[in-house]
Amino acid sequence: MQDLVPSFINLDAITIIYLFGVGFVGGLVSGFIGSGGAFVLTPGMMSLGVPGLMAVASNMCHKFPKALVGSMKRFKYGQVDVKLGVVLGISAEAGVLYGAGIQEKIKAAYGDAGSNLYVSVAFVIILATVGGFVLYDAWKTYKSGNSNTEEKAGKLAKWVQSINIPGTMVYFKAINARVSVLFTIPLGFATGMMAATIAVGGFVGVPAMIYVLGAPSLMASATELVIAFVMGLGGSLKYAMHGMVDIRLAMIILAGSLFGIQLGAIGTTYVKPFMIKVVMGVIMVIVLFSRGLMVPVYLAKLGIIDALGDTTVKLLKTSSFAIMIFALLLGAFIVLRAMWQGRQAERLQHAAGALEHGEV
Amino acid sequence: MAQSSIKKKPYGKMIVMGLISLALYTLLLTKQDLVNSTFAQGGWYALLPIITAFVFSFIHGSFTGDFWTVLGVEAARKKKEVK
Repeated sequence: MQDLVPSFINLDAITIIYLFGVGFVGGLVSGFIGSGGAFVLTPGMMSLGVPGLMAVASNMCHKFPKALVGSMKRFKYGQVDVKLGVVLGISAEAGVLYGAGIQEKIKAAYGDAGSNLYVSVAFVIILATVGGFVLYDAWKTYKSGNSNTEEKAGKLAKWVQSINIPGTMVYFKAINARVSVLFTIPLGFATGMMAATIAVGGFVGVPAMIYVLGAPSLMASATELVIAFVMGLGGSLKYAMHGMVDIRLAMIILAGSLFGIQLGAIGTTYVKPFMIKVVMGVIMVIVLFSRGLMVPVYLAKLGIIDALGDTTVKLLKTSSFAIMIFALLLGAFIVLRAMWQGRQAERLQHAAGALEHGEV
Repeated sequence: MAQSSIKKKPYGKMIVMGLISLALYTLLLTKQDLVNSTFAQGGWYALLPIITAFVFSFIHGSFTGDFWTVLGVEAARKKKEVK
C-alpha cells in the first residue's frame, strides 16, 4: 500500500454540503441502528470520484469518533454492554487487519476498478442475505402483533447460550447469560472483516448479537457503537499509516454525522425495539440495488464483460445514485417519524397523568 | 411551589463550543493543501488524522449534544426497558 499515491478530490461548496448532508443522515441512522452510515457514505464518496480504498479509509476515520460520541450518549440510556463491545471489538480488530490486507492485494493487482468491484460485490452479497433476513424478521414481528412485547432469544441464541466450554465462558449483561468466547471471536472477526471491506461491520455485528448471541435489538445496536469505535480506531491508524485517509472528507462528514448521531440515539428512547430491525432491513435491501447496478460498470472497466456505452454507464450511475439517496431519505424518514410518534405518545401520557393528579 | 424538573439549557457552552468548532473547520478548509500533504505522509504522521478526529469529536460532539438540548430534543423521560 505504501507505493499508492493518494488522490485528493477538489472540494467545492456543493460537495461540502453533500458530504455534510449524507453525514447527517448516516449519523442519524448510525445513532439508531448502531451502524449504517458507512454503506451510504462509502459509495457516496466513490460517486464523487474518491477511489474505493480512500473512501473506506476516510469513512473509517469519521466512524470511530462518531461511534465514541454515540456510544457515550447511549451508555447514559443504559443500552450499552461495554464488555461485550470490547470483547467483540478486539476480535473485530483482527478481522479489520485481515480484510484490509485482502483489499491491498486486490488494489495492487487490479487497481481502482478491481477494488471498487470487490467492495460493490461484497455490498450486494451481505446486504441481500443479512438485510433480507432482518427485514423478514421485522415484518414477522409486525404481523404477529407482538411488537410491544419483550424480545426473546431465538433458537440459535438459546443453543449458543446452552453450550458450556470450561475456561472460555464470559458473562455478558446484554444477554444476561454466560457465552463462550469461542462463539464471540468468529463473530467479531467477521464484523471486522466486513468493516474493512465495505466499512459497515454492523451489518454483520448487530444481527449476530441479536440472532446468534440473543441480545435485545436496542442493546445490540448500542453495543455495536463500542465495536465500531474499537475497530474504527485501529483500522484508521492502519490506513493513515499508508496515507490513505482524506481527513477533510472525514471531518466534513463528521460535522454532519455528530448532529445525526445525537438525534438517532435520542430516537431509540422513544421507539419499539423492532423498529431497529425495520430501519436496518429496509435500508440494506434498497442500497443493495444501488450497488448492484454499479457491478456491470466495474466489470466492463476490468474488461471482464464487453465495454458499455457511455449512455448506459451514465444511466447506471445516475440510477445507482438516486436509489442510494432514496434509501438514505427513507431511513431518516422512518427514524424521525418513529421518534415523532414516540414523543407525541409521551406528551399525551404526561398530559393524562397531569389531569389525573389534578394539576391542570 | 411547583417543583420544576426543567433544567437550565446550556446556551453558553453551546455557543463557545460552536465557535471553537467553527474555527477548527475554517482552519481545516483554508489550509487543506498543507493538511493533505502533511497528513497523508503515512508512518508516524498517521497520528495527525487520529488526533484531529478525537479533537473534532470532543468539541463538535459537545456542541451538537447541546444543540439538540437547547432545541428541546431530549431522550424520553421514562426509563426505557431494554432487557
